[in-house]
Amino acid sequence: MTALLPVSVMLPMFGAALALLFGRQPQAQRLISVGALVAQLVVEIVMLLQVDANGTLVMHIGGWGAPIGITLVADRLAASMLVVSTLVTLAVLVYAIAAGQSDRDATETPVSIFFPAFLLLATGVSNAFLAGDLFNLFVSFEILLTASYVLLTLGGTKERLQAGGPYIVVSLLSSIIFLSAIALVYTVVGTINLADLAVKLGGVPDGIVLVLQSMLLVAFGVKAAIWPMSSWLPDSYPNAPAPVTAVFAGLLTKVGIYAILRVQTLLFPGDSLQPVLLSIAVVTMLVGILGALAQPGIKRLLSFTLVSHIGYLLYGVGLASAAGVSASVFYVAHHILVQTALFLAAGLIERVSGTTMLARLGGLAAVSPLLAVLFFLPAMNLAGVPPFSGFLGKVGLFEAGVENGSTPAIVGVVGGVLTSLLTLYTIVRVWGQAFWREAADAPDRVDAGGGGRSSRASGESGRRLAAARSLPAGMLGATAATVTVGLLLTVFAGPLFGLASRAGDDLMHPDRYITAVLSNTDVGVDPLAGGGTP
Amino acid sequence: MNVLTSNAVVAVTIGVLFACGLYLMMSRNLIRVLLGFLLVGHGTNLLLLSSGRAGSAPIVGEPGGDSADPLPQALILTSIVISLAVATFLMAMAYRNYQLTTAADLTEGPEDVEALRNAAEAD
Repeated sequence: MTALLPVSVMLPMFGAALALLFGRQPQAQRLISVGALVAQLVVEIVMLLQVDANGTLVMHIGGWGAPIGITLVADRLAASMLVVSTLVTLAVLVYAIAAGQSDRDATETPVSIFFPAFLLLATGVSNAFLAGDLFNLFVSFEILLTASYVLLTLGGTKERLQAGGPYIVVSLLSSIIFLSAIALVYTVVGTINLADLAVKLGGVPDGIVLVLQSMLLVAFGVKAAIWPMSSWLPDSYPNAPAPVTAVFAGLLTKVGIYAILRVQTLLFPGDSLQPVLLSIAVVTMLVGILGALAQPGIKRLLSFTLVSHIGYLLYGVGLASAAGVSASVFYVAHHILVQTALFLAAGLIERVSGTTMLARLGGLAAVSPLLAVLFFLPAMNLAGVPPFSGFLGKVGLFEAGVENGSTPAIVGVVGGVLTSLLTLYTIVRVWGQAFWREAADAPDRVDAGGGGRSSRASGESGRRLAAARSLPAGMLGATAATVTVGLLLTVFAGPLFGLASRAGDDLMHPDRYITAVLSNTDVGVDPLAGGGTP
Repeated sequence: MNVLTSNAVVAVTIGVLFACGLYLMMSRNLIRVLLGFLLVGHGTNLLLLSSGRAGSAPIVGEPGGDSADPLPQALILTSIVISLAVATFLMAMAYRNYQLTTAADLTEGPEDVEALRNAAEAD
């Protein structure tokens, strides 16, 4: 069963290679891409069931035992993150294919590059979740970041390059901080295997541990877009193509949060930075949502809510209790699905009306009732209106916060409730302006046939309107699927929260992870012991 | 491992490479960013190198033998490959940007305002 671990990384990687090989046959590329991700999803669901039933799966690559070789580890957290992320990636891929097929113009997104880069992004994400040592985690970050650079600057237009520039420089800096942290960790402790580190960090002076912890947190914090390292995100995401933004919003920041969750619970369980993390979490929530309030365009607005809700995830991590971490795990799954669904819906809005600027939108509910529903459900889910999973996740977080009882935790609960209300207000504003009001009431309305504010805008929107009054079924279907899975999170909240609790419980008992990795049961020969060649 | 037994020359070199590299990376000019990234990359690689025990042949599996640690060197090799890939991408990006604007800078002066307005409109 341990063979499932490398397979779930290799499938998208081989898929990317094959897709590159079939660069001139778009049909074959699409088949390969979808096939690779479907196979990966199946593998990961099997893996999740296995892990949940039998405990953590560990694979030592090449038979080299844990502290020396490269280790892949899937515990409940990693396995469930894998399933959710692949589900989302697959949905976005179908969406992108449907969009490309109905557009029939490869000028904006050169198809031959898109699919390999997209699959490499999936490879990096899977590898990051499975990485059992810091350097492997660094390598997977680099794989997914390099793929994301390509996807973000797709087509190489001036706007994309300008949006990509800051993102790339910021990502490079965070990678350098991460790599330096790895070098320092190795200098101090002499190992980079996470389980081995967890054991050996105990003998390191507190001050040095604090430096290492801070460096890792800063490196991951940039990737997770935690305030004050979040300002790159709303500037770069909205300019990418809709599917790219959707998959970035769903996955990239969550990989950062996953790394923080893993490192905090495993390596630094003595929570000396707990008040700091909680305070930063509250500021991230509030700054993000206040930024969202001021945005005139839907995509930028959603980017700001993305930053804001990263605060909730960090809050759960900062609580450092089983309840808090479990709620965070549940909230991560919820947030990946909801945020992706919203960005996909924003892409559909752009298709229908040629713009996502609120001032020019109106009457969309009449034009496309289905789209209205597809935006409304995840939007309410994001705001945390009661029956939805967002509400359940937030209640879980707040309960854990009250249970904690310290001042930063209580402030966090208050800030979280306030952020929820502001999210609801923001989302209702979008809903009211884009979907509910009469189209004629939009102050900067651009007519389909021209006569708009500027010739460029009206020409583009006219073209899109003509192309897209009837939305492609694939795009609607992919969005609907993401929304539906987000709702299933509510319907099956009981068992899923149970899974999240077990995952959180595992995280609060790092000894389980350490034993699973260091016991080396499937390694025949310890390369260091007998002096024999492995 | 041997904490705090690093070579002073190596330490100063790492510091200088980081300082110069980060200074260059703070620029809007993509070529400067590229050069800065290369410098910082070398600084990081040197930092990785200095994290292991130095001065002997890198052989593992000789208990008690006087050997250097091979792991940092393996890490550096990987990190060099990654820096190379990213540097190539940055070069391509700088070239593309030059094609579009015939300038090495990403944006400058009043163009920034224009770009922001365009971005807001495209949103």
